[in-house]
Amino acid sequence: MKETAHLVHEYLRSSKKFPHIWCAGCGIGIFMQALIRVIDQIGYSKDDIVLVSGIGCSGRLPVYVDFNTLHTTHGRALTFATGIKLAKPRLKVITIMGDGDAIAIGGNHLIHAARRNVEVASFVINNNVYGMTGGQCSPTTPYKAKTTSSPYGNLEPDFDICRVVEAAGAAFVARSTVYHTRLLDQLIGKALKKKGFAMVEVVSQCVTYSGRWLGLDSPVEMMKWQKNNAIRVEKARELGETALKGKIVTGVLVDRERPSYCEEYGKLL
Amino acid sequence: MTQQKVLLQGNEACVKGALLAGCRFYAGYPITPATEIMEIMARELPKAGGVFIQMEDEIASLGAVIGASLAGAKSMTATSGPGFSLMQEHIGFACMAEVPCVIVDVMRAGPSTGLPTQPSQGDVMQARWGAHGDHPIIALAPSSVYEFLELTVQAFNLSERYRTPVIVLADEVVAHMREGVVLPAKGDIEVEERPQPTVPPEWYIPYDDPGTGVPPMSPFGDGYRYHVTGLYHDVRGYPTTRKDEVEPLIRRLFSKISKDFDRLQWFDSFYAEDAQITIITYGCVTRAALRAVKEARGKGLKVGLIKLKLLWPFMRHTITEILENSQKVLVPEMNRGQISREVKRVNQGRCEVVTLNKMDGTLITPLEILKKLEEVHP
Repeated sequence: MKETAHLVHEYLRSSKKFPHIWCAGCGIGIFMQALIRVIDQIGYSKDDIVLVSGIGCSGRLPVYVDFNTLHTTHGRALTFATGIKLAKPRLKVITIMGDGDAIAIGGNHLIHAARRNVEVASFVINNNVYGMTGGQCSPTTPYKAKTTSSPYGNLEPDFDICRVVEAAGAAFVARSTVYHTRLLDQLIGKALKKKGFAMVEVVSQCVTYSGRWLGLDSPVEMMKWQKNNAIRVEKARELGETALKGKIVTGVLVDRERPSYCEEYGKLL
Repeated sequence: MTQQKVLLQGNEACVKGALLAGCRFYAGYPITPATEIMEIMARELPKAGGVFIQMEDEIASLGAVIGASLAGAKSMTATSGPGFSLMQEHIGFACMAEVPCVIVDVMRAGPSTGLPTQPSQGDVMQARWGAHGDHPIIALAPSSVYEFLELTVQAFNLSERYRTPVIVLADEVVAHMREGVVLPAKGDIEVEERPQPTVPPEWYIPYDDPGTGVPPMSPFGDGYRYHVTGLYHDVRGYPTTRKDEVEPLIRRLFSKISKDFDRLQWFDSFYAEDAQITIITYGCVTRAALRAVKEARGKGLKVGLIKLKLLWPFMRHTITEILENSQKVLVPEMNRGQISREVKRVNQGRCEVVTLNKMDGTLITPLEILKKLEEVHP
């Protein structure tokens, strides 16, 4: 409790009107706490952190925390983050995006930020749905799932965010769920310290919408679903595609050294 | 000191102006006829200690520009019609979040892909209303290579002074033409910086009106931690839907510029004193119009010319005066009549407004203007 009180008093904005906008049982708050816990452990100065978000439920995260915070347009958080990082490389730039935000409308920016290897730690909170607009299907909504925009079942296959970002060239790619908080802390720490573009997919629950079509109507059930379906990458590598169907592969998926854009540009100066 | 005269292309002059104004960040995407601005920036910015980046599209370009500006760098991008359409989303964001930035739009003929290599003045209204919702905008239009340099400097100054995006609406002719230009030295040009907070961080209220309408702006990373959003926000920058906070914000965004309206009267006049017909132009059409005016004067016609350097906010006071003192006004434009529509709006029956519109991707010639003058001369 003492530790939580420290995090609240040190990192939440006392001038901001609470409560926050998230539904009871949403996973975004768990991620927010993990993020400030890790930032506190590493010991970054609040003045040096820039938190950039896009649009959607996740886009509202930065306003609650006492950093330099920027709530941008839908899908474009990484473009703003790129400008900030290049103009002031000493800043620690972090982006928070949702699944629709990061790989539907912002998919092109995500691919190119990964390819360019700009030193930005980015977190994609994936709840498989457009929550803020009322539960429409997103690129990570499972095939055949019924949503408010796929009343006869989703006709499209879903996207593996991590594989897209890996293929695009990111230096660090990882996945956790909000249930696995210790793993989440470790991965956030590694992403923040990575010299290069780092992306962590944070599998989360939208109790209000995606829980409905999964047949899971409480946050506890949804988090149990995360617990029971997660499989560590080390173990997953021993299994075939069929065994991994419907599973959430967690852990560090990619960790490689590549020159970052700032390093490359620095050579010109 | 001897002044240096050089042969410059318009797009090249734009870069010279930007660097003189202190631009140290450029993000862009290739597009005809603006590409040279990007190519020269790619070459020159690293030498000036600045940052150049080629982004994946124009949306990303302006996003990066706004990000860099929030980090404290004077920033710009350049594009043409199709890219300008993509940038509208972030022009609106920069208006709302009050982030200084400069957008150069080298106009080519549209709509859509249109005529990529041919001139037009078709983006005048898009510059004004391209972004959704009520928003203020400043747009400048150069008519010569030197003016492209000069107005790029002014675009940065206005942008920093008012914390608002400023658009330089050049056209393909001005961008690709080469002219001899006397380069101004650093000291010859007044360069403005954005207002900075003078209070300690704990006293800083990021969107509080200090009386000028323009809140001081601290760059990210300097100890003044605050929130920036495209949502309607209160004085602390936090989202709001309260009507007593929403309307004052949009009113301030407009009034911070409109309060200086009289200062923002940028035009040049030629033979205007005793003119019975006044031609109103901007951009490359000015050049043909001036030639036509000189020839008409030679024929004894009392014709004058007003060249607008500032298109938005529209110079209502200046135009009203012209309309009151002329019998007729001629507005030649390379579009369907975008500024002439605005002239008619402020005219309110004062005099006859005649238009001359050309949309075939070629220039309006002096002869065409002269013919029209002879046709309508009282």
